Amino acid sequence: MGRRLTFDIFRYHPSTAGTEPRMQTFHLRETPGMNIYAALTRIREEQDPSLMFDFVCRMALCGSCGMLINGRPRLACKTFTGRLPDRITLYPLPVFRLVGDLSVDTGGWFRHVTLKTGAWLHTSRAFESSAPEERMDNETALQIYEAERCIECGCCLAACAKVHIQPGFIGAAGINRLARFMLDPRDERSAAQYFEVLGSEDGIFGCMGLMGCEDNCPKDLPLQLQLAYVRRRMAAAGFGPRGNRRK
Amino acid sequence: MSAGRTHITDVLVLGAGLAGERTAIEAAARGLEVVILSLVPPRRSHSTVAQGGLQAALGNSVMSQGDSPDLHFADTVMGADWGCDQHVVRLFVNTAPAAVRQMARWGVPWSRITAGERRLPDLTVVEEPEAAAGLINAKKFGGTTKWRTCYAADGTGHALQYALDGMVLSLGITVHDRTEAVALIRDGEKCLGAVARCLRTGELRAYLAKAVVIATGGCGRLYGLSTNSVINEGTGLSLALDTGLACLGNMEAVQFHPQTLPPTWIPVSEGGGYLLDRNLDYFMPHYQPENNKQPYRDVTARLMQERIRAGLGVESPHGPHLWLDVRHLGAEHIARQLRSLAAFCRDFAGIDPARELIPVRSVQHYVMGGVRTNIDGAAYGLKGLFAVGEAACWDLHGFNRLGGNSLAETIVAGMAVGKKAAEFALGEALHYSSALVAQHLAAQEDRVRRLIAGQNGGENVYALKKQMGQILTEHTGIFRTGSGLKTAVAALGELHQRAQRVGLVSSGRGADPELGAAMRLPGMVRLALCIACGALARTESRGTHYREDYPNRDDVNWLNRTLAYWPPGAEKPVLKYEPVRITELTPGKRATPA
Repeated sequence: MGRRLTFDIFRYHPSTAGTEPRMQTFHLRETPGMNIYAALTRIREEQDPSLMFDFVCRMALCGSCGMLINGRPRLACKTFTGRLPDRITLYPLPVFRLVGDLSVDTGGWFRHVTLKTGAWLHTSRAFESSAPEERMDNETALQIYEAERCIECGCCLAACAKVHIQPGFIGAAGINRLARFMLDPRDERSAAQYFEVLGSEDGIFGCMGLMGCEDNCPKDLPLQLQLAYVRRRMAAAGFGPRGNRRK
Repeated sequence: MSAGRTHITDVLVLGAGLAGERTAIEAAARGLEVVILSLVPPRRSHSTVAQGGLQAALGNSVMSQGDSPDLHFADTVMGADWGCDQHVVRLFVNTAPAAVRQMARWGVPWSRITAGERRLPDLTVVEEPEAAAGLINAKKFGGTTKWRTCYAADGTGHALQYALDGMVLSLGITVHDRTEAVALIRDGEKCLGAVARCLRTGELRAYLAKAVVIATGGCGRLYGLSTNSVINEGTGLSLALDTGLACLGNMEAVQFHPQTLPPTWIPVSEGGGYLLDRNLDYFMPHYQPENNKQPYRDVTARLMQERIRAGLGVESPHGPHLWLDVRHLGAEHIARQLRSLAAFCRDFAGIDPARELIPVRSVQHYVMGGVRTNIDGAAYGLKGLFAVGEAACWDLHGFNRLGGNSLAETIVAGMAVGKKAAEFALGEALHYSSALVAQHLAAQEDRVRRLIAGQNGGENVYALKKQMGQILTEHTGIFRTGSGLKTAVAALGELHQRAQRVGLVSSGRGADPELGAAMRLPGMVRLALCIACGALARTESRGTHYREDYPNRDDVNWLNRTLAYWPPGAEKPVLKYEPVRITELTPGKRATPA
């Protein structure tokens, strides 16, 4: 027989009239290999089918299931109950708009920041279907991929003190996403153009260096390294003549 | 509940995975207004979890030299056990290289060739020439003559999805995420749009369009055990089937991934590993004498299941499993080249694959079946309806899909179908009657009202879903028999009755998840019945469809495609058949390429 686990779960459906925020307690018998995904699924199927939470891939690749687990932003799919005490508190991630219970609107946040920062490959060259591909050094491809590994789960933002006091700050995920294009030789934007979107208090100069992002990244991304890289590039761009002194 | 807004657009795409977004881009590039509906934010789609890669005959690397669309064609047709549409395969293999290169232009960091010595997973060393340096690299996947799988490190699906979603945003394509289509609006011959439920508020809305594209992915979650994301419940397939006009092709063709990690059933690709039984006996050479050959997935899954049946599996709380051994590859190779595999083992099973054996078992992975379309992606039976990707039976894969061909299909078919859907929409005026739209909305409102009021009965949606998963896993799995399939058809038939009598435990108000599950369930059981009935009728073995009582392929009687229709009010699908199109490669003996 496994342990008897107690789950204290935040409940609130903001779009359903007549509901109030509250905590609700559930009990479950722990089974071998149980993670928070399995636990929540069982609670919904066996105890309260109105419980809202998000899972898609359940293998730490889609970024849907970020939540506060005993106060820490974590991916619920790769958080195993066996490594937690028998009382587990679950809150939705802060920063993001609440959809209901443990479900938050990370998708809307990231879409907004992507649009705000133009976080896609900017190139003026048309595609020719019959031409062979342009070459790229594999080391460069791997460097881009390393930044590209971010799954936009929002854990870094939930763990960032600055985002909490400055809602416009795009945080480590937003900056890392742009760093990915700054590293990419196919992107035609200049340092000065990047400075326009990143060289501000809502961009790279908003970071206070508290490192909550890197400490809580479930994908172990080297976020501080990326932030330092971007900060250096943007400082050079900002201080150079018309931002072009250093590329 | 009040009826929400009505949205009008040119092209409506259901699903924002790779196939949906690639289709939408193609239509938007022709100046059309496109709206995409998605259950989840696009970057959370099931497409993002695709690890392996994408098949395209670029022929760049040493191990790919001499590759061509012709070889890709032959591999795909043989892999499909001749069950595919060769006309479609030809279009696909010819377009795939350009599709890969276009994704490079859109930002995918494809892994590139480095000149010099390269150590392969089987530990042999090859030399990449200077001339190839910087071109897109390829790796080996089962069932291909040449190394053809293009990849972006260990996250190809993720890289593709983020690049496409960036394009979608830059083109200003409208995406309504957390929105689930619950019915297609149609007038008896033409599809006019969809009724959708907002998963934030529960509100019902109508979307009207000149062309509607189903890109909702597969239905793996019909099965109790599956590698699929939890959202893969086949809603798009159900919507098409429930029109009574469109049909589903080859639903009995279901692929099982040989190696998945219990209890989460995450696929762990072999990457040069050995499969061992409980006695640590390397059993594959007994069946496949040439070590270098990586058999088709259906063959591997059957061999593994046979081993378990022979009592040579390892007992565990999650059922019997076998072992995957990658220890000989060395800690460095595993950390560098098999990073995802190592992470899955560590995070989801507490295992270090450099030192320990990995438990593996075969579970449901992919459906070759889907909404039957022609080569343009146009659905049979309903004008203005298209389907693409895993939701479609475009019929690239026949009865067994090669690894890497699904990811390639999403973008290649997205290009082709997006173009055709756009052409259709450009030549079409939107004629609809507001009474017809109101009638479709009212029908869905009525379903919601009855469920909330408990007017249908008191069956529990989750209990029924679990039973359906068990029935499918037990009787329509890797091995099938006539008697097992008869049992499945009877049990699913009863379940279909009970699925009409679901009552909610919760209030059903707002975006209640139980209401969503209850609305989906009857359609899911109908899909399950299409699988079981199709499998029972098909008295032969072809690719993944393996009948123990009919172990041979039967080209005389069964070189055809199953079409499953569901007439309104029926209790079972009506099965029809159409011949498979053979254009270049006549059916022959199926053998794993070296």
